[in-house]
Amino acid sequence: MADEKTGPDSPGFSRRGFLKGLGVGSAGAAAAGLMPGGTAQQAAAAEEKSALLGPGETSITLNINGESKKVKVEPRVTLLDALRNRLDVTGAKKVCDRGTCGACTVLVDGQPAYACSMLAVEAEGRALTTIEGLGSPEELHPIQAAFIEHDAQQCGFCTPGFVMACAAFLKENPNPTREEVRRGLGGNLCRCGTYAGITEAVLDAAGVKGGA
Amino acid sequence: MANPQWPAVEKRQHLGKPYDRLDGAIKSTGRAKYAYDVNRPGMLWARCIGSPHAAAKVVDIDGTDALAVPGVEGFWRDEGVIGKEVEYAGQIIAAIAATSEELAAEAMHRVKITYEKMEHQVVDNDISFAKGRPASRDEGDVEIALGEAATISEGHYGIAAITHCCLEAHGQVAEVRDGAMYIWPSTQNVSKYADGLNESVDSPLSDIHVDCQYMGGGFGSKFGHDKWGMIGCILAKQTGKPVKIMLERDLELMVAGNRPSAFGTVKVGLDGEGKIHAFDAQVWGTGGGGGYRPPPMPYAFTKLPNQRVAGSRIPTNRGSQRAWRAPGHPQGCLITMAALADAAAAMGMDELEVFKKNLEYTEHPETYAEELDIAAEMIGYKDKAHLRSALTDGPVKRGLGVSIHQWGGMGHPSECDVTIHPDGSVEAKIGSQDLGTATRTSITIVLAETVGLPMDAVKVKMGKNAYPVSGASGGSTTIGGVSASTRLAATNALNALLEVAAPRLGVAVDALEAAEGTIRETANPSNAMTWTEACGLLGVSPITKRGENVAGESQKMGLIDQGVGGVQIADVSVDVETGVVTINEMVAVQDCGLIVNMKTAESQVYGGLIMGVTYALFEECVYDAATGRMLNPDMEFYRLAGLYDVGNLKVHMMTGPRYDSRGVIGLGEPPVISPGAAISNAVANAIGVRVPELPLTPERVLNALGGTA
Ligand code: FES
Ligand code: FES
Repeated sequence: MADEKTGPDSPGFSRRGFLKGLGVGSAGAAAAGLMPGGTAQQAAAAEEKSALLGPGETSITLNINGESKKVKVEPRVTLLDALRNRLDVTGAKKVCDRGTCGACTVLVDGQPAYACSMLAVEAEGRALTTIEGLGSPEELHPIQAAFIEHDAQQCGFCTPGFVMACAAFLKENPNPTREEVRRGLGGNLCRCGTYAGITEAVLDAAGVKGGA
Repeated sequence: MANPQWPAVEKRQHLGKPYDRLDGAIKSTGRAKYAYDVNRPGMLWARCIGSPHAAAKVVDIDGTDALAVPGVEGFWRDEGVIGKEVEYAGQIIAAIAATSEELAAEAMHRVKITYEKMEHQVVDNDISFAKGRPASRDEGDVEIALGEAATISEGHYGIAAITHCCLEAHGQVAEVRDGAMYIWPSTQNVSKYADGLNESVDSPLSDIHVDCQYMGGGFGSKFGHDKWGMIGCILAKQTGKPVKIMLERDLELMVAGNRPSAFGTVKVGLDGEGKIHAFDAQVWGTGGGGGYRPPPMPYAFTKLPNQRVAGSRIPTNRGSQRAWRAPGHPQGCLITMAALADAAAAMGMDELEVFKKNLEYTEHPETYAEELDIAAEMIGYKDKAHLRSALTDGPVKRGLGVSIHQWGGMGHPSECDVTIHPDGSVEAKIGSQDLGTATRTSITIVLAETVGLPMDAVKVKMGKNAYPVSGASGGSTTIGGVSASTRLAATNALNALLEVAAPRLGVAVDALEAAEGTIRETANPSNAMTWTEACGLLGVSPITKRGENVAGESQKMGLIDQGVGGVQIADVSVDVETGVVTINEMVAVQDCGLIVNMKTAESQVYGGLIMGVTYALFEECVYDAATGRMLNPDMEFYRLAGLYDVGNLKVHMMTGPRYDSRGVIGLGEPPVISPGAAISNAVANAIGVRVPELPLTPERVLNALGGTA
């Protein structure tokens, strides 16, 4: 089992490292930096803090889309469940609940992360962006507009996670080739089969019509 | 007077244009509320408890300890199963409801269930497990025909059972308020979702209100309220609180439906010209404990002169099958197309050529002929094709594979009410649902077209059982059903308005039309009034008229039809050292009659191709013979294709008078039928041997290459 006392500098198998491993859906996702980066201090702070918590509820403050929200959670509650079940922020979806599908993707300090694979208490002090904070029907983010234009959504259940992953991908790769898009977005899954539209949407939003 | 027939192509304002789906912004910004997202004040979370055993007698289910946990408020057990047997692992026999999801997940383990284990059987690919008399069909004389054939080829083929794996799990939120039941389900069947629930929860149907505006995928698995829907309502009634019940991913994959497996041996006899002379097949598979309908075979080439097919059922202790996008067709298609391609290869012929030679035995020879030529052109068949006997150089082999498919797609029974208000606004109400097929957008297109207004001047209300009854969305029946009922309702409402306007314009009703935001004399368009002016004549009374789709009648009117053909060609690479199959490109050419929305029609075909790549390469419910359990009820090991896996996809929709004049035909199923067959044929073409069973995993490919498949 994870050794809770393992420090950030120790080569030991820490709980955080374990979560990090869980959070990666594929090699492509790892390359695109799907898990939150975070500094060693942040990691240490998070570990320190969660080690002192529980088992009962504790009150934390989450910074969601620029707003501070107080919420009571047990330490075991994931960020995804805190958002969806306690704060009624339901854009991020629960599908696999174990870091495979990307439907729960949010940004943590600007980096995409699987909210199902991160504890709510770990998210304290980090800047969280959910799909609700990326754009609105009245003011679409360019990738959202491109999703509509290229019909990159059918049932739409994978869409919020995909949109977040695409937005983060484009930030890191403003001029991707078609091949880079295909490799870089492997951390999200869609059942309806919208990948063709998504690929076009990402290339279009990047202004690289046609791609390489 | 407006008539319900579709307007001539040159007069269409909206029909067939590439419109963005209307809920695109709501979905892509995360604002769409799915059943899973509905949170109600004071809501409880329910968890279903499934049997860990594939076969066992249930001695007792005791919820006392679970109910003693603070925060656990509801408990349900299946009274009917106590003293009786569970038939598959995961069978739901109890549930609890608690104040938080975490608590429910923890407390469910306090429910004490006592079982007496029994013998189970989960093997589905071995015909010796078959039960009952095979269903068989025999036409012509197969024995004699095989004796006459110039070439005979024989092979084994198969396709594993797969599951629907909807990204939104099955489930609902239910709430009792003022004596009525409110349900937000994830369903393909809004109008009839409550049927049967009234008995379980002892409320009249009229007191059960169903609302589903968005749903996260069904693919044939979400037609009923299911056991968990009933449990959710019972718990809501029992606790007096709203209850959310969504299946956990493992139960979702084990018990919420699957596509039955199919395995078979086929003997094909070709004459010296490559015409199919005999087709002799034996097929078997499992749909769980219940019935098993062998796949339709010979697939697409239904009219072969000498054909014999025997199908056997293998009962297993697995969850029951459900309709899975184009039930039976992908299986029948794979086994038939693979056997025909193998026969062509045995004769040293190109499979495309053999398919073309035999189109007279299909139900759509002209359509296929046209489509095959287009598909071949799109993929560059002439330059890339090679015979199976002439492999490409190097360790990565390349090949092409062809398949054809068919589907019905007749519109289902559907009712729609269209209201024209005195202020000029127009609204349709219809008890249909949008599964992601853009049904909402299509209904809006038909309504706007009929009343001659822009898209944003009309409103569509759907997704509630309070609205006129519309069929379940399955079998590609929705687009025909709702297009016809909306067209008829809107025409009826418009004619009532024209009657009011006619005296003002000084002409007979027959001479009027609604177009470009006006009511005008067809022969003299300057004699007109604006739509708003005309509606103003209604005073205070809106017009509401109903339209009803009765398939036979709408077909006679030319509004809808059935029977489409499509073809697909796959271009794959296979690494013969690792066994990995890569899709380079797939092309799909598809007919669906009159196209309502070009953009979302194409999306359906892309979606079919992608789902097809997934089941061709990855999907399989793996069962453990020793424990009787599914080994991969999760999304790591029940693998779906990712963006990287699907290759380049190209879609071509058939248009023009020959297709358009038939009216609207469903499109959801057809494009998912051929991918497995086309990819399997392409792999055989690439490596020179058939990999008999799907999914085409590296292990299966290497076994086939090593001669041990
Ligand atoms: S990755 Fe979080 S729900 Fe699937
Ligand atoms: S659009 Fe349905 S799962 Fe992606």
